[in-house]
Amino acid sequence: MMASTPHRERPYIFRKVKSDFIMAVTVAATLVTLTPLFLVLGYLLTKGAASVNWAFFTSLPKPVGETGGGMANAIVGTFEVVGLACLIGVPIGVGAGLYLAEHRGGQFAQAVRFAADVMMGIPSIVIGIFAYALVVRPMGGFSTMAGAIALAALMLPLVTRTTEEMVELVPHELREAALALGVPQWRTTLSVIVRTALSGIATGVILAVARISGETAPLLFTSFGNRFWSTSLSQPIATLTVQVYTYAISPFQDWQRQAWAGALVLTAIVLALELGVRWITGGTAKTAR
Amino acid sequence: METSVSEQVPVLGREARRSHARERLSGDRIFSLVTLGLAAVIVPLLAGLAVALTTASMPSIRKFGFSFLISSQWDPVTDLYGALPFIWGTAASSAIALVIAIPLSLGVALCLSEMAPVWLSRRLGFLVDLLAAIPSVVYGLWAIFVLGPWIRDHVEPLLATYLGFLPLFKGPKVAVGLLTAGVILSIMVIPYISSVCTDVFRAVPQTQREAAFALGATKWEMVRVAVLPYGLTGVTAAIILGLGRALGETIAVAMVIGNSPQISASLFRPAATLASVIANEFAEATTDMYVSALIELALVLLAVGVALNVIGRLLVAGVVQRRFDTRVG
Amino acid sequence: MDNRRNSENGKIVMADKMLVRHLSAYFSKVPALKDINVNIADNQITAIIGPSGCGKSTLVRCLNRMHEVVPGAHAEGDVMLDGENIYAPGVDPVQVRRRIGMVFQKPTPFPTMSIEDNVAAGLTLSGVALSRAERGRIVEKSLRQAALWDEVKDRLRRAGASLSGGQQQRLCVARALAVEPEVLLMDEPCSALDPISTARIEELLHELKASYTIVIVTHNMQQAARTSDYTAFLYQGDLIEFGETKQIFTNPARRETEDYITGRFG
Repeated sequence: MMASTPHRERPYIFRKVKSDFIMAVTVAATLVTLTPLFLVLGYLLTKGAASVNWAFFTSLPKPVGETGGGMANAIVGTFEVVGLACLIGVPIGVGAGLYLAEHRGGQFAQAVRFAADVMMGIPSIVIGIFAYALVVRPMGGFSTMAGAIALAALMLPLVTRTTEEMVELVPHELREAALALGVPQWRTTLSVIVRTALSGIATGVILAVARISGETAPLLFTSFGNRFWSTSLSQPIATLTVQVYTYAISPFQDWQRQAWAGALVLTAIVLALELGVRWITGGTAKTAR
Repeated sequence: METSVSEQVPVLGREARRSHARERLSGDRIFSLVTLGLAAVIVPLLAGLAVALTTASMPSIRKFGFSFLISSQWDPVTDLYGALPFIWGTAASSAIALVIAIPLSLGVALCLSEMAPVWLSRRLGFLVDLLAAIPSVVYGLWAIFVLGPWIRDHVEPLLATYLGFLPLFKGPKVAVGLLTAGVILSIMVIPYISSVCTDVFRAVPQTQREAAFALGATKWEMVRVAVLPYGLTGVTAAIILGLGRALGETIAVAMVIGNSPQISASLFRPAATLASVIANEFAEATTDMYVSALIELALVLLAVGVALNVIGRLLVAGVVQRRFDTRVG
Repeated sequence: MDNRRNSENGKIVMADKMLVRHLSAYFSKVPALKDINVNIADNQITAIIGPSGCGKSTLVRCLNRMHEVVPGAHAEGDVMLDGENIYAPGVDPVQVRRRIGMVFQKPTPFPTMSIEDNVAAGLTLSGVALSRAERGRIVEKSLRQAALWDEVKDRLRRAGASLSGGQQQRLCVARALAVEPEVLLMDEPCSALDPISTARIEELLHELKASYTIVIVTHNMQQAARTSDYTAFLYQGDLIEFGETKQIFTNPARRETEDYITGRFG
């Protein structure tokens, strides 16, 4: 016998409209979220492109109050500081990552892994203060070296974890095949495992470089800034990020104009690294964020 | 005359055994020691960081003690310092950022995991990730000259008109202040929250969704029943991680928050955060106590930032296989 | 130790290449093999069969000291290769693996190397210096031995991973042969391959027998019956029966062997 009490269901049309509406809202949310991306890139181009000329890349900043000049020293400075940071951070990071991948469960390895994860959560300005205490104070002044050490400390946990992840992705059968051929352990790791994981490791390093290239805070009181060319590692040095920051918060219109140009160049470099790496690896490389 | 390859490599004879074992052991040993040495840099680095910061803030800790955290006085002239204005600024700007970012991130995550076809959602997800790639100083620049004025001219009048009875929205309208800082912060935080949420939602097994549909559910009902409950822990983790990120964000905030160590109920006012005051005042700090107080602020920032990140990661590790870092700058 | 074995009916058979005596293997505390005693005859194919988990892979991995590569795994007992104990203290496992090669279940060409680099990998990675001519000679010889030369001779520089599954497995055989081992261990070499590739590998085994001693682990009894000269039947870590293949499959001495062969379990 059929149930005598009919269910009181909301009519389907209400449910459908509600569902469509909510799902449309999520699409709207996505569009709203992406809008700043296009706005920022758009403004960079409209406000900055006109000022990015040959003079911008080749001249030094002019004294306060004079118009013109460029950011040649800042652009080169960024390359210098980031390059130096890589010299320190990449070997340590890759080596540490290899160690972690070889010793999955060991106590020391777990401590190292935990420390690396914790370091990834430290605000970069705090790392800058650490570099200040470690390098600037003893040396008595701001320097390129201090800035490089701050950036190296920032990139270190990233490179370590990416390397560990990528090495772990290599199937263990490959290692066994090499060992079974009578290849020594260390040779197996270097020539077979690392070689197979190389593109992933390189991706991780390049993304870390992109990240530290965009950092400003830790450089504010380590490499500090310089209106001229920096001639030694113990001198302060101009970097693109700090220069843009200084100009942007200044009251001088010409400086603000140059800030847009500098920001455009900086963003172009960073995006080129991020996009380039993904394009080369076909977008299939796992990336650590 | 050919010698077979195996004759070139003597094996298992006593002497060969010794020399090859020696050579191989030294190769293996060197390699192990080198990687161990490199890995061993990290733990002392972290420990050294904590120790260095604590030592350098000792003068300030000794002078002000606990009252440092609750005092709102920040006066370099008389060398009296308190962290409260910055704790307030940090909390307020992060709260604004989260209020904006959480709904948007959830929307994005749901759109990418439930609505869009795979090819589209991958590309959209990539674009959202690009938001995280733009350097902080570039966001700050854009915020000073574009976002700030827009907020001052269009958003703040609206808020004052309709919600002006709230102390939150009283006062003169400025381009530089808590509200602008909160908004730019939200833009920078959204890619982090949304990407973790997207991963969490994508991890829901398809069978769960099909079970809901088979019962006659609409898409939203399916999401409510199959996806959201599944992802609750993950979403919480995402929010915690996003908060950690917001806390440490320095430069963009420093450029638009006004850098005024005052506490006021109105969002239209300038303020300062732990990170922004360090960025602004450190290079020119004159007295030792000044420097020490600033480093103590950094210590507070370190403690809170690390705590949030660790908690967030622990939650995430339980849900989704993903690496996560709080990129700040 | 006497290298010649008397079979049960008193015949003196050819010399044994390897002798396994009282071999026990463990994964941490868990025993995987218990007191195994088996003879591997020279230039013959010895098959190791048994149900899943019986320890056949473990046994074969003990023969070239690969078992101990797994953390916590160790083995006790003696394994004699031409009269010398490879488990004697001071013996370098790396050198053992040059004399006893291995081919695994899953074909694993090194993905970043070309076909010829893959074949020569065992030598180049161990630091053996080879002239180009010599390398070419070894590569060709090994590929011929693995019955792969004709198929790849025009594309030696192509990536190792560009070959089909069966070809990749033969490439792995060539790679193992390039270091000129005396014994070739094969751990279920055909289980990831299609029937045609399987047949080719089985043909290959027959050719290789003349120059090498082969031990093959297989879960496919028909394959064991087809290809091998001697068969060892393992069950739950114990050696149940060992003898000439013909005898094992037509007239097994133990009931467990008969049950397994007739498919009553496993």
